[in-house]
Amino acid sequence: MPKRLAILDAQRCVGCQMCMFACTRKYGLAGTGKSAILVRSVGGMEHGFSVIVCRACAEPACAKVCPTAALRPRAGGGVSLDRKKCIGCGFCARACTFGAIFWDKDINKPEICIYCGYCVNYCPHGVLGMEERA
Amino acid sequence: MIPEKVLYINLSDKSYTVKARRDLFERYIGGSGVAIKLLAEECRRETDPLHPENPIVLAVGPLTGLFPFASKTVAMFKSPLTGNLGESHAGGRSAVALRMAGYGAAVIRGASETPVYLSIHQGGVHFRDASALWGVGSSYTVGRILRERETEPGLRTIMRIGAAGEKLVSFACVTTETYRHFGRLGLGAVFGSKKLKALVIAGSSTIEIKDQKKYREVYDRIYRLALDSKLMKKYHDLGTAANVVPLNALQALPTRNLTQPAFDNAEKISGEYLAQNFLGRRVACAHCPTACIHLAALREPYEDEPYFYKTTMISYDHELIYALGSMLGVGRAEHLLKLIDAVEKAGLDAMSTGVALAWATEMLERAKISEKETVVPLAWGDHGNYIRAVRSIVSQPNEFYRALASGVDYASTIYGGKEFALAFGKTEMAGYNTGPLFYATLLTGARHSHLDSAGYSFDEKRLKAGNLDPEEGAEMLLKEESWRCVLTSLAVCLFARGIYDEKLVEECLSIGGLEVTSGTLAEKGFEILKLKHEFKKAMGFDWKSMKVPERIFEVETPAGRIRKEFLSAIVERYFRKIETDG
Repeated sequence: MPKRLAILDAQRCVGCQMCMFACTRKYGLAGTGKSAILVRSVGGMEHGFSVIVCRACAEPACAKVCPTAALRPRAGGGVSLDRKKCIGCGFCARACTFGAIFWDKDINKPEICIYCGYCVNYCPHGVLGMEERA
Repeated sequence: MIPEKVLYINLSDKSYTVKARRDLFERYIGGSGVAIKLLAEECRRETDPLHPENPIVLAVGPLTGLFPFASKTVAMFKSPLTGNLGESHAGGRSAVALRMAGYGAAVIRGASETPVYLSIHQGGVHFRDASALWGVGSSYTVGRILRERETEPGLRTIMRIGAAGEKLVSFACVTTETYRHFGRLGLGAVFGSKKLKALVIAGSSTIEIKDQKKYREVYDRIYRLALDSKLMKKYHDLGTAANVVPLNALQALPTRNLTQPAFDNAEKISGEYLAQNFLGRRVACAHCPTACIHLAALREPYEDEPYFYKTTMISYDHELIYALGSMLGVGRAEHLLKLIDAVEKAGLDAMSTGVALAWATEMLERAKISEKETVVPLAWGDHGNYIRAVRSIVSQPNEFYRALASGVDYASTIYGGKEFALAFGKTEMAGYNTGPLFYATLLTGARHSHLDSAGYSFDEKRLKAGNLDPEEGAEMLLKEESWRCVLTSLAVCLFARGIYDEKLVEECLSIGGLEVTSGTLAEKGFEILKLKHEFKKAMGFDWKSMKVPERIFEVETPAGRIRKEFLSAIVERYFRKIETDG
């Protein structure tokens, strides 16, 4: 079964955002512009952090609203994106309950987690892992 | 690709422009190096620190957004506390946000007639009305409001001032991400003088890297060093509060306005004690795996209603424990945390506040002033009255608090007690009574900060190695400060100085798009340091006129009593060296 990214314990998150930098670095770039993961505080750092990433839904809403079938459900949950078909309408981003579809402003297309697990290697505090969808 | 865009904002006419200043980043790296050039371009000798013409410069560096620990933003301005070079560094998400918004630096000029806050995104600068925010005294609340009102959570910094900045307290800080600060030299008052309540900067973008393989390889090396070596362990475990117990054991923890070098209750306010009894969460700056920010959870009952509690998260560090703890004789952790919280809320620099209140307490004790001045009976350990006094520094109900709000150097000029007003170069001291080199750092450092050249760590080494002559001491400080100018130009966190050695910095710079001749960085650092020194001289700084409070010669240090002649010899040699090219 293909795996998805797991949030093992969001309470351990210190908000360092190493995962966000890893996600863009995987493409050979620095910064966070291509990242498909976001760490934000829960109304201030004193309350801890939310780690927002594609949950690899069994019936992904983003794929349902994609008018060009650029986003298609993937076996084992989640979606895969065919950039050539994507017209950048942004419906997917609005449909995602988790807000886990990020936007690449350079190409006006979504950034979607490909479940590669690269970010997991750079989470110093055991927040992230990989798992099969139950 | 190195940063090159400088954002120029004019608050007077609500306009902005962007200029490509690649030349600056090529020659002066970024951070401190670029900021001092921009400051020198913008700031005139006669400019009053609280006049609209005083510029605020913010700069990040070529490693920001690329490598871990490059998480600092350097702010430069003319300091309301010293009337000279104001340089202050803060982490949080400030640096990454500025670079990801597309800028290497920003210059804020002019002043608004009505309160504003700025919202800076990749699309440009928005001037937003802050009339309703003006008067919101708690820096926590300002953050809470803007967090809801502004976009791009997780990708932004929210720099703001509390009541202290609005009231132009000379050591008001700018708070960012609730717990990090542009502290020490009064950037908060400069914000206040411009009617600038807050600065929101947000963005997410990419930076092109030529040698991607090398980038990942060097990145991984830094990451492994951060996690597997001992280099970051202290900051990771107990945080800087780990210093309290060892410094106290050495007789190097300034206590009760430095009348004593050790505090009987040090254990009860130590990093160990706080971690065991209060540590509620640790958080990190953007792109830092260490997470040195330690938050205490203070649970308190409301006295007017049974079974009704509040829990406050309060950030602590060594300097706060020293300045608001041992220095004021506050020896109970709960009391210390409440005092820290009051200082944080108001947006005051904790070290300056503590030192100012310590002086005021001794003044009262010696009956050089009375309760007519202090309003409340300040006494060692009485945290409740210290909290009231903190509020008075902000509200300034009388002449005395108006003077105290200008810093302890100024207040002691008016009221006396200069011999125990613990300011160096008009900046209140940090918490290391380790010996002569610590005090030499405070006197010689470009921003009179203990971090400029870390004399306190040389004092410890010197203890082991035996005596050294003033020439050697000056040499050590100058060399260290020059190298630190490289680090703060990058601008990496000084806590990661053990990781970023010269070879690694050269590699990182090359990956970031700046080729430097191997082995020349230290010279570059010295060049940047000299620029700061030249700026200070141009603004009227004269090292010969610096006064040293007698108190430091009267108290024991781990190195014994400090000899006045020895300290002045180091200082003199340092300035002779800097003025004659090392």
